[in-house]
Amino acid sequence: MKFLSDKALTRLRDGAELPDLAGTRYRLLGQIARGGMGVVYAAQDETLQRRVALKVLEVPGDQSELADRLIREARVLALLEHPGIVPVHDVGTLADGRVFYTMKFVEGQRLDQYIASVASIPDRLRIFLRICEAVAFAHARAVLHRDLKPSNVMVGPFGEVLVMDWGLAKILACAGESPPDDAAATVWQTKPTLTPGDRPTEISAITGHGTIMGTPGYMSPEQTRGDIAALDIRSDIFSLGAVLRFLLTRTPANSQADTARMDRSLEAICAKAAAPDPAQRYQIVQELALDVSRYLDGLAVAAHRESLLEKSLRFYRRYRFFILLILAYLVMRMLLLIFLQR
Amino acid sequence: MTQDHATAGGGRFPPTRFSVIEAAQSPDRAERQRALETLCAAYWKPVYKYIRLRWNRPAPDAQDLTQGFFAELLERELLNRFDPTKSRLRTYLRLCADSFVMNQDKAARRQKRGGNVQHLALDFTAAEEELGAATLDPASIASPESLEDFFEKEWVRSLFALAVEDLRKLCLANERERTFHLFESYDLQDDDEASYERLASEFGIAITDVTNALAWARREFRKIALERLREICASEDEFQREAKAAFGWEASR
Repeated sequence: MKFLSDKALTRLRDGAELPDLAGTRYRLLGQIARGGMGVVYAAQDETLQRRVALKVLEVPGDQSELADRLIREARVLALLEHPGIVPVHDVGTLADGRVFYTMKFVEGQRLDQYIASVASIPDRLRIFLRICEAVAFAHARAVLHRDLKPSNVMVGPFGEVLVMDWGLAKILACAGESPPDDAAATVWQTKPTLTPGDRPTEISAITGHGTIMGTPGYMSPEQTRGDIAALDIRSDIFSLGAVLRFLLTRTPANSQADTARMDRSLEAICAKAAAPDPAQRYQIVQELALDVSRYLDGLAVAAHRESLLEKSLRFYRRYRFFILLILAYLVMRMLLLIFLQR
Repeated sequence: MTQDHATAGGGRFPPTRFSVIEAAQSPDRAERQRALETLCAAYWKPVYKYIRLRWNRPAPDAQDLTQGFFAELLERELLNRFDPTKSRLRTYLRLCADSFVMNQDKAARRQKRGGNVQHLALDFTAAEEELGAATLDPASIASPESLEDFFEKEWVRSLFALAVEDLRKLCLANERERTFHLFESYDLQDDDEASYERLASEFGIAITDVTNALAWARREFRKIALERLREICASEDEFQREAKAAFGWEASR
């Protein structure tokens, strides 16, 4: 039997890793990312002559829990046809036995990287509202994302905002229906997706209640406890609150954020969205989005009861132009009167 | 017993028999023996090399210990005690080997050596050569973590070597010797200069033929290696984890 050197082992591993696209209409272009569930490659769809992203499991077999999860993720994406959610094109099993699906190839930057180039608070809030729209749509289709965080949002070259990575999504039971099997709720998953500069923030663990899946700092307390039965749309709202805080402070959720200079209304919105008790949070995403919109329009927000001074300041900020115009008119008029009296 | 086996999927176990662990617990002695052969094929070299380095034993001693270890696996039905929910089979076998070596009194072992221990046909000369060829600094494997890494690496080497051998036999059976030679010349070589162009010129074929042949060989190699791996895992979960370890998919890139 031939002795295999270390170099030969590396070559064999590298050669065996690439997905076998024989018999499909895709041609491999290169690896994009690696996650807990599999690897994402860029591929060329030879029939439609377009580039797609191909997500494939590392290990073959369509009976494994990971395969179930990948197929579930593709089905969830198929259910969520929305401009803010990456569309799925195809799902199947490759010749090498690995389950895959293809989706739109999104060029752009992850939000956690993109945000460094967005200086204005209103611009960051508008991005946040786009995320809210996509999540609200998913909630309307009874789908929880369960892993909302800046690195799971992509911003395209034309400013399009896309919510990605629905691998941990959960389909909620509708009234009168029994809850669907939630394989994800009992799967141990590790997600070692790290790129240079990243922090190892994603965790999974099995608890007495269920499975902890998500990212510390962005996971709601009930999700951290693995209390699957308690998860509902308010859990995603907690994550959105953490994302909003990140957008405003540009500090990761699990590190000390400098909120000293944050507007009190925005701080109150973040605090309400990410309240430890689900009952204290916004109850639907639209309420959160409405508060952010009201802030952008210079109106009072539901999350914060203003003092008279704050009201006045907000009034001044909103009507600054007219107030200054009137003040200028009054000063001019006074000067004119003084001049005429002389 | 031999260290080589039939071609991939060549009837080592019927497809319904998922794991060698189950077979090792069969009441049928022949089936248990066959399970041990499969396990032994994948693990004897890592165990031997591990005993040589971890326990610093001379080659003859390590050979006896390796033989004795696999005999004991069968005799004492150690595999029955393996719990896949607690550890990987690879780790369990390494710890069993540690405990076996520790518990062996030299004089008793010699006595046993001359007794009724079943000797396996293991190519220790080749293992010694490999040990000599390995660029290994004994000082670098002093810690338990590095010993574990060493054992894992040798386990992967053994698994892949078996898969390559299976692939060679598969190519021979399908009259695809050239495909195996291409695979050998490109994927199994240390030569960084190897290129598809050079191979195409050497073999007098088009570059696309080289590409296709290598793609086929890699696909079959992957399939065979995973089949081999599946046999020596106790559960689907362990298989998934071991596949990730063997193919290096655990490390983020």
